[in-house]
Amino acid sequence: MATEIQGANYDANYIAEFSKRRNEPEWFTDLRKKGLELSESLPMPQPEKTRIVGWNFTEFEHEVDYTPITSPEDLPQHVSRLVGQGEQSGNLLVLQNGKNAYTQLSEDLKNKGVIFTDLETALREHGDLVKKYYFTEAADYDTDRLTALHAALVNSGVFLYVPKNVEVDVPLQALSWQENPNAGLISHTIIVADQGSSVTYVENFLSDKKDGRAVANIIAEIYVGDNAKVQFGAVDNLAKDVTAYVNRRGYVGRHGQLEWALGQMNDGNTLSETYTALVGEGAVTNTKAVSIGNGEQKQNFTNHIKHFGKYTESDMLIHGVQREGASAIFNGVTKIEHGASKSDGEQTQRVLMLSSDARGDANPILLIDEDDVVAGHAASVGRIDPVQLYYLMSRGISEHEAERLVIHGFLEPVVSQLPVEGVKQQLVEVIEGKVK
Amino acid sequence: MSTPTLKIENLHVAIEGKEIVKGFNLEINGGEIHAVMGPNGTGKSTLASALMGHPKYEITEGTVLFEGQDLLEMEVDERARAGLFLAMQYPSEISGVTNADFLRTAINARREEGDEIPLMKFIKTLDKKMETLDMGEEFAQRYLNEGFSGGEKKRNEILQLMMLEPKLAVLDEIDSGLDIDALKVVAKGVNEMRSPHFGCLIITHYQRMLNYIKPDKVHVMMQGRIVKSGGPELAERLEAEGYDGLKKELGIEDETVNQEA
Repeated sequence: MATEIQGANYDANYIAEFSKRRNEPEWFTDLRKKGLELSESLPMPQPEKTRIVGWNFTEFEHEVDYTPITSPEDLPQHVSRLVGQGEQSGNLLVLQNGKNAYTQLSEDLKNKGVIFTDLETALREHGDLVKKYYFTEAADYDTDRLTALHAALVNSGVFLYVPKNVEVDVPLQALSWQENPNAGLISHTIIVADQGSSVTYVENFLSDKKDGRAVANIIAEIYVGDNAKVQFGAVDNLAKDVTAYVNRRGYVGRHGQLEWALGQMNDGNTLSETYTALVGEGAVTNTKAVSIGNGEQKQNFTNHIKHFGKYTESDMLIHGVQREGASAIFNGVTKIEHGASKSDGEQTQRVLMLSSDARGDANPILLIDEDDVVAGHAASVGRIDPVQLYYLMSRGISEHEAERLVIHGFLEPVVSQLPVEGVKQQLVEVIEGKVK
Repeated sequence: MSTPTLKIENLHVAIEGKEIVKGFNLEINGGEIHAVMGPNGTGKSTLASALMGHPKYEITEGTVLFEGQDLLEMEVDERARAGLFLAMQYPSEISGVTNADFLRTAINARREEGDEIPLMKFIKTLDKKMETLDMGEEFAQRYLNEGFSGGEKKRNEILQLMMLEPKLAVLDEIDSGLDIDALKVVAKGVNEMRSPHFGCLIITHYQRMLNYIKPDKVHVMMQGRIVKSGGPELAERLEAEGYDGLKKELGIEDETVNQEA
């Protein structure tokens, strides 16, 4: 039965029932209850320079009816095209309307102790391990109303655990597909790369293009142990009527390495924060992100890196395209804490606007509390050059096609550097779908 | 008699409200190579840009027929697909778009959907034309004109000309900034195009280009219009006497378009 959650009128009984039906451990049910309480008192997040008043983060159907698929072959083409092929395939988790529809993990990885499953299953089978990482170091549930709401209503998610010194050389992919246009996807990803391990993980959020009133509240916690390496790729492609809150957070240990490769291609209003805490000495992070705004879409992208450890390094490269009447704010925050000496933080944000109605703003923010560091930023916001279009058109290329080339070209420096070939191809396809 | 490839009548062109081309007439028939010469500031490049449809130039009067069709009614890309090409003096740089992708898109823009040029055929043709122009293989994968030297940009313009095989090419100061070896290479490319179906309008300040691409007709432009036409011998005379001799003959003191009428 579908249950409507209206504004702040969700109820503790419902949450207790929901949790019980899923056989969740008590600590998890308690967290839900605390989240629910806090969601009534905490304020909404206040993103820099974007007014989110009126955005629908709270009205949705928490549980929906649907016909489950039984194998990846049942996926419609617009979903299956995002599944990695060839060498990129084999380790796949498909979530249909938030629920685990299909899991595949190679015997080899299972034998090495790798855990890759949905959050619901992980809570039942590896509850203590989940407890160690769920809303602990990387993310807090009591930050604001949306994190609290997330804790209260989480109904989907992924749990990936890579044991000490295990090097996974094939990517693992989680594909989260929403069919119902009024659903609320409250998804929590946990990735743990224990010390000395390495893994590449790719997640996709996409939804069918239907009219409705849906919400995605997505939190990811990525724990990179000492000397571990995580490549985190994502292609988000949620439809126009989905309001998205995306909060991805990394916590990096000594000489750990976290590489973000993000294609932020939602069609609806999106509030996104990607945060990395470089905690251990010599920790490194690298963020590459591209986005395209279409229609009347409003978006806020904050990329936030905090240097705590000595000799930590960060680099950010963000390219965004704004078309039609879309508007977006890009905040790049590099914070070097006192004591993080010999650290280096660099960031570049570029925004290209294709129409006179499009709006874009890039705000580079460097906050340095330590003397002995290197930091730098570059930011630019500009409109498409009519002389460039004229040049391309003078070779017989139509105006639309010329714009398409310029957009691909503008995103190329980021796309070409994405570490996972599969993500790169997916992203090129999604970009193509947005600009064709 | 067949329709001329290009017929320009009484063309007037203004930029930011100021008239630069003032009553220009010219007819080019299939296979002919014409040179428009003249000192700086006489409206040569404005003519070239206006023919292609540069957004900054405004046609205030006159007609241009391209194979009997009204060129000025067409959008820039339509003009190109009809068979007009402009090798630009200052080509744009397009970051992130490779030369090869760009060229293939341009070629396919002339073909029906489903009839795109086969990839292998495209690569073969491209390799061959690049060899003619002494361009290294890496040019195919470099971003369009980005970081190209002046000479490399000119070669790249000619490469596009050879790949797109237009009916009429306007070469706007393609010789400027080229050393003699590069000039020979560029001329070789243009000469390879010569056929009864390829007309060419060479716009140049200097005569030296015309040593390598023999024109059928030479026109001198001053004050925004053609003031003298002739055969190749006219170019040679200019080389010997400079523009001053001609100015004296025609009674022109200031050849530029800046003087008040």
